[in-house]
Parts: sequence; structure tokens; C-alpha cells
Amino acid sequence: MTTATLPASATLTSPSGETDTQLLEVSMGPQHPSTHGVFRMDVALDGEHVVKLKPIFGYLHRNHEKIAEIETYLGSMPYTDRLDYFCSITNNWAYALAVEKLAGIVVPERAEYLRVITGELTRLQNHASLVGFLMQDMGASGTPLMYAFREREKILDLFESLTGARMMCNYMRFGGCRCDLPEGWLQQAKQVVDAFPRFLDEFERLLSSNEILMARTQGVGVLSKKLAINAGVTGPMLRASGVNYDLRKVDKYGIYDRFNFRVPLGEHGDVYDRYMIRLLEMRESVSILQQAIRDLPEGPFTDPKTKVRNFRPKPGEAYGRIEAPKGELGFYLISDGTPNPYRYRVRPPSLINLTILEDMCLGQNIADVVIILGSIDIVMGEVDR
Amino acid sequence: MNLEQLKPELEAAIPGCRLEIIPNPSPSGQHSLLISPEHAIALATFLRDTPHLRFDYCSNVTGVDWPASALPGKIKSKEMEDGTESDEEEINAEPTGYLEAVYHLYSMQLKHGPVILRMRTEDRATRVHLPSLTPIWRSADFQEREIFDLFGILFDGHPDLRRILMWDEFTDHPMRRDYVEPDDYEYEPTAHDDVLRKTMHHYSGNA
Repeated sequence: MTTATLPASATLTSPSGETDTQLLEVSMGPQHPSTHGVFRMDVALDGEHVVKLKPIFGYLHRNHEKIAEIETYLGSMPYTDRLDYFCSITNNWAYALAVEKLAGIVVPERAEYLRVITGELTRLQNHASLVGFLMQDMGASGTPLMYAFREREKILDLFESLTGARMMCNYMRFGGCRCDLPEGWLQQAKQVVDAFPRFLDEFERLLSSNEILMARTQGVGVLSKKLAINAGVTGPMLRASGVNYDLRKVDKYGIYDRFNFRVPLGEHGDVYDRYMIRLLEMRESVSILQQAIRDLPEGPFTDPKTKVRNFRPKPGEAYGRIEAPKGELGFYLISDGTPNPYRYRVRPPSLINLTILEDMCLGQNIADVVIILGSIDIVMGEVDR
Repeated sequence: MNLEQLKPELEAAIPGCRLEIIPNPSPSGQHSLLISPEHAIALATFLRDTPHLRFDYCSNVTGVDWPASALPGKIKSKEMEDGTESDEEEINAEPTGYLEAVYHLYSMQLKHGPVILRMRTEDRATRVHLPSLTPIWRSADFQEREIFDLFGILFDGHPDLRRILMWDEFTDHPMRRDYVEPDDYEYEPTAHDDVLRKTMHHYSGNA
């Protein structure tokens, strides 16, 4: 015989102390169009206001790290594409950078330029589609997302003609890149890049001073500078809160010290700032791309001395990190001298930026939870690994 | 960040603190600092709050499993012991291995780093407690939960130590080196079992 138990919502009491209010527990997700994948939020609501929010994930967990420890170093390279499947090239880059640190490989100059060009193109298409998704979450159905996808498609076409794949590019190798540019690719890329500011202008005219957008986003989901630093938030999220920390400037990995670009910073740390930061970062990326395309030198596209087969770094460990479009993407590797890494760890920016989701949502309306989550920019392939 | 300079400063600031520099022979040159768990909170607070250090950003937290067989140098000594010592003594003397938590610290304010901290548990079976550094750096929150989930280190003082990637009913720790995946993940009967049973019954001619 079973005893009757009260539902969980009945045992909760209202923080405002009113006698006849009840907290309502809502489970948003895992199948919810605004959660950007299979992601669940356990939300307790007092009327429309959020009083508790617990993110629940792991639905896409396939133990990427364990698989990589069974696989050879190079064998995990295609699998890193599947972490943040929007930005496969920057994932490749972070992994290649960590292995290069571990084994002491020097990357030729042309390869560094190719990495910057493809990496910044990745940033452009990630930020463009993120803004499109954010508008979709806000209810601006269709138009902004389609505008963003139109531009993204042009960049994906470039990736396809270079690497053979639109999204799973698998382009980097230890000590360089997989292949050189095909004929005419650079002119095509230059056209896309030069036309990009026009899209940004159009986008800004459409959205940035839109009354509904401003009403929905300004002052919503505020993240303070102090909390952002302490919680390890990185990328555009952190800079929207006004912290000047961009790994392209701090670490100067690759050849980023050669380019002239600015780091846009937010002031309020709300959703509007995060939206604006992405638009401004795209303009800076366009500037980096124009410089890189102009200065691209001749030379080898990969380090010919690096072994492809039977690649065994000497025992030791290395942590390599880059400024991926979503934040600091790091790889921590321990080698024991065998062809497989002893420990392979991904530091996923999406997961760690989720730490403060509850802090940003408390006291907000339930409808704003969706856009706050959208402004974090998560991809479940990376959160769950 | 030069660990040779940092080590005496830390030892002077936190009395009784044992520190050891773990050299890293790889070209990355990222050496790390092995700290004793009982002083970890004091040490982390010192690293975060001292004006010229200001490690306000804990970037990466991860676990590493070191079973006895993987520890460098110990395999040889065990082999040499074979044959000379009796079995009972060998079991007592056998190293148990340990689990390790690794923290990568950077400073956002002063833009330096990394300083890498390591903490080790006493063994891999029961004495697997380490102090949680989540009260110092919130960014360790999900990452320590992940280490608990996948490696089985218990972080004392963590505000919400639950499984994060595996489901709550799961019992093992899949990132350990000696983890054996089960043959069958099916842990509760499904409606399909009934269908199969009926089919078997049908084929056996009893229908």
C-alpha cells in the first residue's frame, strides 16, 4: 500500500509571506525550442517571477574525454568538431594549440594566417546566428534569423570549398592546417568579408534601436562585474559586464599581436549589452580579416617536420586556451609518452558560463528566462560533451 | 608566474603549509604546485586576495586518476620486490594510487598566469575527500560536480554536490582508468520485454 504524498509544489512557501500564494514548479525542457538543444531548467515561480532555477543537463553526454583517451592524438581532431558544432574550426584550433604546446611544435607563418582567417570567419557566423537565435527567442520570428543565416550560408560555402564540409570542418593539424587554399578562395573570402559590414548596418537599422527589443532586453539579466569574474564567465558575456579580458589581447596566441583591433566593452551587463557586444565584435573581426587577407604570406601551410603517424609527445602536460566565439576554450592534456593522451580535458566555455544562470534569472519574469539563456550562447554538444 | 618565487612566499604566509613543485618536462613549461588539502582554503584565499597576485579567475578545474600501475617509477620498484618479499608484506607495501584535482588559476585584473594547483586524495577507494574551492571561486562549482561525477572525488564544503552529467541513479565513476562499462545498460524492464516474451512463446509452438 502506498501513502499519499503531497506534490512538491504544495510544500513550498512563498518568500513574500502571503498566505494564499503557491509556488509553481515548471520544468522547461528538455524538448523546448528555446533551450538550444536538450537542456532542462527546473524553475520555481511565484506568479510570473522566478524564485529558483536549476539547470539540468547531460542528455547529450557521450564522455568525449574518455573516448579521446582511447584514441590517438590526431584521432580526436575530427571529434573536437562535434563539441561546439557551430564553431568547429576554433575547436580544432584550441586542441591543436594545446598539442603544439605539449610537443613544442612551431607553426609556419602562413598556417597562422590561415588559422586567423578561418577562425575569425567562424566568429562572424557564430555571432550572426546567435543574434538571430536571440531574436527568435524574443518572438521576432523569422526575419532576423533568416537575415543572419543568409550571411552564415556564405561563410559556410567558403568552409565547404576549403575543407569539404560545411560544419564539421576538421581543418587544423598539429603544426598547421590540413590543406592550402584552393584557387580563387581568397578573392571569394574577400568579397564576403567586404560585404559583411553592409549586413551589419542593415541588421542594426532593423534591430538596435527597436523599441520592443530595448524594452525586452535593457536591464534584464544583469550580471555584475565581480560575479562574472568570480564565476569564470568568459567571452562576450564577460566583456558585456565591462571586464577587459580578451585572450587574443592577453595571451596573444598565434599572431594576434600583429593585428590592429579593439575590444568592445559593455557597461550594464544586461542582455542588450550582450547583444550589442556581439555586433561590435563582428565589426572588429571584419577588420582583423581584412588585415589578414591583405598580409597573407606565401610559404608552407603546415610544419613538415611534425609526424602524422605514430605521434608521441614526450611525457608532460600542457594547458592551451584560445578565445573561442563563446569564451575561453581550453584543452588540458597529460602525455605519458604513448600515442594516446593519458588525460584529455576540455574546458567548455558554454558549461561554465551557465554557472550564473540562476543568479541572472532570480526575480525576473519567466518569459525573460528564455532570452537570458539565449544571450549566454550555449551549445549542448559542448556543455554535455 | 615563477613558482620558485611564489613557493617561499606562500609558505611564509600560511604557517604549516606543505608545498611541492611538480616539474613539467614538456616544452610548455607549465609547472604546478602540489598543496596539502588541509591548507587549501587558506592558500586559495591568499592567492585570490593578495594585491600583487590577485588570482581572481579560476579557469579550469579537472580531475586526474592515478592508479598505482600508472604512477611513474613505482612499477619498477614493485617488480624488484617480487620474489624477495612475502605476499603479505607486498600487499601492505603496495601503493594505492590516488585521485588528483587540478586547478588552473589566472588573474583577470593583472593579466598573468597560469598558476596550477594540485591536490591529491589519500587513496582511490574510501579516503577520497578534498576541500572544495567553490566558496573561493564560483567557477569551480560545475567543474567540481563534474569531477565528483566522473572521478568520484568528494568535495567537502561544496554547496550542491550532485551528479551533473550522468543520471542520479548511476553508481560508478566512468572517467577512472579501471572503469569497466557494463554489458547491458538496461536497468529496468521495458514494455518491449513483454512483446519479446510473447513472441518466444508463440514460436515455441504453445500459442
